[in-house]
Amino acid sequence: MTILMDPTSERAPENRQPLPRPVDLEGKTVGLLDISKPKGNIFIDRLEDLLVQKGLTTKRYIKPTFTRVAPVELNQQIAAECDVVIESLAD
Amino acid sequence: MSYSVIVKEDCATCQLVVPVIKQLKGDDELTIYSQDNVQFPSGVSVIDDTQLEYSWHRRIETVPTLIKFDDNGEELARVVGWEKSEWQALTGRPLGFDLPDFRPGCGSKSVDPGMPEKLAARFDRDKLQSRELTISMEEDDVEACYDRGWSDGLPVVPPTAERVMRMLTGTNRLPDEVIGVVPPDLVPCTIEKIAINAVLAGCKPEYLPVVIASVEAALQDEFCMHGLLATTYFSGPLVIVNGPLSRAIGMNSKGNALGQGNRANGTIGRALQLVIRNIGGGKPRGVDRSVFGNPGKYTYCFAEDETNSCWESLAVEKGFSETASTVTLFAADGMQGIVDQKSRDPESLSRSFAAALRVVGHPKMIMAADVILVVSPEHERIYRLAGWTKQDLKNCLNRLLTIDGSELIAGAGGIAEGIPEKLAGKKLPKFREGGLNIVRAGGSAGMFSAIIAGWGASGTIGSVPVTREIK
Repeated sequence: MTILMDPTSERAPENRQPLPRPVDLEGKTVGLLDISKPKGNIFIDRLEDLLVQKGLTTKRYIKPTFTRVAPVELNQQIAAECDVVIESLAD
Repeated sequence: MSYSVIVKEDCATCQLVVPVIKQLKGDDELTIYSQDNVQFPSGVSVIDDTQLEYSWHRRIETVPTLIKFDDNGEELARVVGWEKSEWQALTGRPLGFDLPDFRPGCGSKSVDPGMPEKLAARFDRDKLQSRELTISMEEDDVEACYDRGWSDGLPVVPPTAERVMRMLTGTNRLPDEVIGVVPPDLVPCTIEKIAINAVLAGCKPEYLPVVIASVEAALQDEFCMHGLLATTYFSGPLVIVNGPLSRAIGMNSKGNALGQGNRANGTIGRALQLVIRNIGGGKPRGVDRSVFGNPGKYTYCFAEDETNSCWESLAVEKGFSETASTVTLFAADGMQGIVDQKSRDPESLSRSFAAALRVVGHPKMIMAADVILVVSPEHERIYRLAGWTKQDLKNCLNRLLTIDGSELIAGAGGIAEGIPEKLAGKKLPKFREGGLNIVRAGGSAGMFSAIIAGWGASGTIGSVPVTREIK
């Protein structure tokens, strides 16, 4: 554990905050990431049906294996192609 | 009346005076503090000062130190090392007749290298007011600084309390002193926050007064730091350091003065930028709307070469003495080179300079950007041999840069850019009065000089160079 002295104006909260969430999904491209857990695809398929019914654009991605973190290239591809991403965790 | 003595076993003089300490312990109210072994001296009660808290608060530099207190616990006097007559005078009793008259003491463990800042961080922590952030064992310190947005893109030094305390030893000013408000968020700026950012930047404590003066200069209204940050123009703050301190801290004013490789040049300019970023909240593509920026927005700082110059320095021109150390802040673009290897008289070289200066901003832009002309020693020599003062050169350049309005109006030369057509018959200066500045710097070989153009908004509508003495 290291203690660091805050170099800023201390206007931001002490803990790091997640990136701001979009107010709505209108016009957004939604990434759907299947982490290769069994039946994850069923969950993702259903989500995709619902999103497409709302007129949204979806893109599908698959992690090579749920046992490891996603490859950097896959993270970069999703970040470049999508506005938001939904990651499924199923069994 | 009472006494305390501070000793360590690993000190031959402390070993020597053990009989004296035991005699005093028997006769008087004496408290013994041991820095390294609570069993030393043996056979008497000893207070454990292995954490060095007592030594730190008493500012002990040498062991043994014998301190005399009045009945209220106020220190009356102290002696350091062993000097028989002084110990006898302090205690008013005969002591140590079988000992030599004098033995120097040893260094206190509280002043071992690196120890003062550790002790300051431990025991003077209440002098700092900044928020403490806990970084977990799993996080890399440098990555944690990136993640929190504190970096300009290059790695920063993680600002631990010890490093901040060490940085603050570079100034006598109190950590809670507010020196101004930093744009764009208009946040009060303390010496402590500047010190933390100086740690991030990689400064040594001895650079801190230069960083503080730079921030003070940047926060002067006439420098217009908010506008300089927010502009779409190329500019950012440049720090030019003059005077003996620039040499004392090893700043580079010679070869590659505008380039990389010198810690003071590199980190002082960077610390100023990090103050604007972290305290003021001014970030690229946030309030900083610059189209391009320039590489100097990482760091932009150099010293004027004042040694053997035939010209008065920039600081002297601004009214400071040669013995004063100053910073001058200038709203600066990147650097444009001037190559003239054939001129051997000042008239010819000045015409080269003028031709190059004409294009600052745009060949038709006048009285908008100021400029710093950085003259190399080989070019300066030509003026020295001809007996030209700096003012002679300025007068010559301003004369050569008085331009016929017909060349500058919109549409002239088939270029839409330009000044209003009604000015066609006027003779107009390229630079506003006082807008042409000259300093001497650079390596001793090479007939090159450099133009550092300024922000397109100068004078009362924009930024004016600001000089501050370093205290």
